[in-house]
Amino acid sequence: MVAVPRSNLIAFGVAALIVAVAPWLLPPYIAFELAYAGAYAIAILGLLILTGMNGQISLGHGAFMAIGGYAVAIAVSRAGWPPEAAMLVAAVVCAAFGGLVGIVALRLSGAYLALATFALAVSVSPLLKRFKETTGGAQGITFATAHAPGPLAGTLDPERWLYYEAWTLVGILFAVSWFALQGRLGRALRAIRDNEIAAVSFGINPSVYKSLAFAWSAAYAGIAGALIASATAYVSPDSYALQLSITLLIGAVLGGLGTMWGAIVGGLVVEFLPLWAQAINTAASSLIYGISLIVVMIAMPDGIAGGIRRVSRIITGPRAEGQPGRS
Amino acid sequence: MPKSHRALLGLLAPIAVLGIVAGSFARTSADSVPGVTSTEILLGGTHPYSGPASAYGVIGKGIAAYFAYVNDHGGINGRKITYKDQDDAYNPAQTVQVVKGMAEQDHVFAFFNTLGTAPNLAIRQYLNDQKIPQLFVSTGATTWGADAAKYPYTLGFNPDYQAEAIVFGKYIVAHQPNAKIAILYQNDDFGQDYVTGLEKGLGAKASQVVKKATYEVTDPDVRSQMATLQGSGADTIVIAATPKFAIGAMVALGQLSWKATTYLSNVSASQTMMEAATKGGGDVATEGIISDAYTLDPTNPSLANTAGMKLYRDVMAKYGQGLDPNNAFILYGVAAAYTMCDALQKAGKDLTREKLVDASIHLTEKNPFLWPGVELTTSPSDRFPIRELQLIRYSKGHWDPVGSVIDARK
Repeated sequence: MVAVPRSNLIAFGVAALIVAVAPWLLPPYIAFELAYAGAYAIAILGLLILTGMNGQISLGHGAFMAIGGYAVAIAVSRAGWPPEAAMLVAAVVCAAFGGLVGIVALRLSGAYLALATFALAVSVSPLLKRFKETTGGAQGITFATAHAPGPLAGTLDPERWLYYEAWTLVGILFAVSWFALQGRLGRALRAIRDNEIAAVSFGINPSVYKSLAFAWSAAYAGIAGALIASATAYVSPDSYALQLSITLLIGAVLGGLGTMWGAIVGGLVVEFLPLWAQAINTAASSLIYGISLIVVMIAMPDGIAGGIRRVSRIITGPRAEGQPGRS
Repeated sequence: MPKSHRALLGLLAPIAVLGIVAGSFARTSADSVPGVTSTEILLGGTHPYSGPASAYGVIGKGIAAYFAYVNDHGGINGRKITYKDQDDAYNPAQTVQVVKGMAEQDHVFAFFNTLGTAPNLAIRQYLNDQKIPQLFVSTGATTWGADAAKYPYTLGFNPDYQAEAIVFGKYIVAHQPNAKIAILYQNDDFGQDYVTGLEKGLGAKASQVVKKATYEVTDPDVRSQMATLQGSGADTIVIAATPKFAIGAMVALGQLSWKATTYLSNVSASQTMMEAATKGGGDVATEGIISDAYTLDPTNPSLANTAGMKLYRDVMAKYGQGLDPNNAFILYGVAAAYTMCDALQKAGKDLTREKLVDASIHLTEKNPFLWPGVELTTSPSDRFPIRELQLIRYSKGHWDPVGSVIDARK
């Protein structure tokens, strides 16, 4: 068992409290947007594990989100499953698929791996259109909106229910990742990232750990995709365009690859930066978005979470913290 | 600062911030009809201003220009239109979010001309649950008119793809009764709608379709399909394709020296695309191709003196700063905005959402921005606003009308 530093526990507790109270202070549609931010945070956390901890690049995580999303859509619309059960299946399917991709990825690294995963992202939309009987083709699948079960339905509107669903999962998956990365697994992943030959000489089998990282990361992306699909209550190939995979990577880099908090920051940025940019000027939203990205990357090269940490260190003085990725 | 204080501060500060943020979002008014005051009507919309479909973004600007013109000329029953159009990047998940924001934060009265089949499908259930009108959506799918019983607050605008193909079919029956027909179509709902419509329009002559070929949007080109279709001995070809593949098909016509009577889907029949095809395949590729139109075409010299075109140029000169008036998408936006204003006008001074929906399904209008003779009509039993189309033929670098307007309904 890994000892949890007190400062981390406090931070986690504060975060949990804010998350629990927030939807009652905000209008439902903001809670709804925050549910998306939570889902993105989960997908980006998966990317942090893969890229930040293990040094493998993926431009294809949108494809895993598509699998998760369609799993929910099909299970809910055809078999009448509750979306939560479908989410679990989505995670397992994505982990299996991610593991397979991980095995292929063993032979590739750097730009070649980026390109191979890029192909995943590119092929998902035409594939979805091709198998029309299952996926509904270009028109996609519309299904029932997720809502709180039984007795909760009266007090929780669908927006707040989705919010709690998303952020509870964020909490659980963060805790799982944090504990897993503290131990042998995390050390092995980082050792492979830093120097594969040295890692082998310590008795680490890179093939196993690299495929595992892919499967793990894909499962998170699948859960995120499932969450977003059940919030939107609709999936179509257009929902999983190439841009999605790139957006996730932007979120990971902007949030900060070095720390897990970066995933939450990344999720919030990915969700709210475009909305904020178009609130300023609809026509120039991509321009404002792009400029913001450049400014952040110049001002905070290790991401927003990294930037915040540096600023807080300047204010409070250096503190020793047991953060994964900073071993 | 002691550690416990710091933790407490860390706990309270964000909650305080949240409280302030929440306060600023609190509702300020309790109007009986959301989005309508004595002086203003608030409409919402979504168009892709960014992302792969951003070429359609100018539609929203055309709409805004026309609303500005209407506002300067007295508005609608004494109220001015405020139009909030947001970018959804053609991503359905984003459409849902910006639409919920506009519905719950801005309290828009109605949504108008939200663009794209997938984005509109994503918000249809929600808007109907909330009883918010989703009018004159910018997509040609058949479902907007066909599924009205389930979604009474939703109404289309563009002619459905089936109507287009029905008109082709009728024209073939009347003018080429012995045609041997080949079809090239995209292997999805869009292409399938054409095949269904064409067979409806041909009626008993549907057996004269001798060969069908499909392409995938991932195919590099459609040359081999075109060669197969030519090999079938067909003398007529219907190309139900999106621009990239339609251009490829026309170029193949030229390369194969296949002098078939060619029918081309409206989405691919713009002036720029025809010029590209002519450049690639020579005159034989494009001369005499038949397509269809329902709005005016700003690049067509034969329409320059119509009242609608003159009004359009005036509106653009005064309210369309920075827009290229020759862009057909802008004219489309203006035409749709005209219909929206018409429906708002007919809904009366005492405006409610129900009255607006009711007015929009009792329209008979001569929209000046539609092709002369094309009438826009709706009724509770017919929720396809535009099903009359003008066939046009490409000749010597521009489109000429062929015969008179054909009604797909009859």
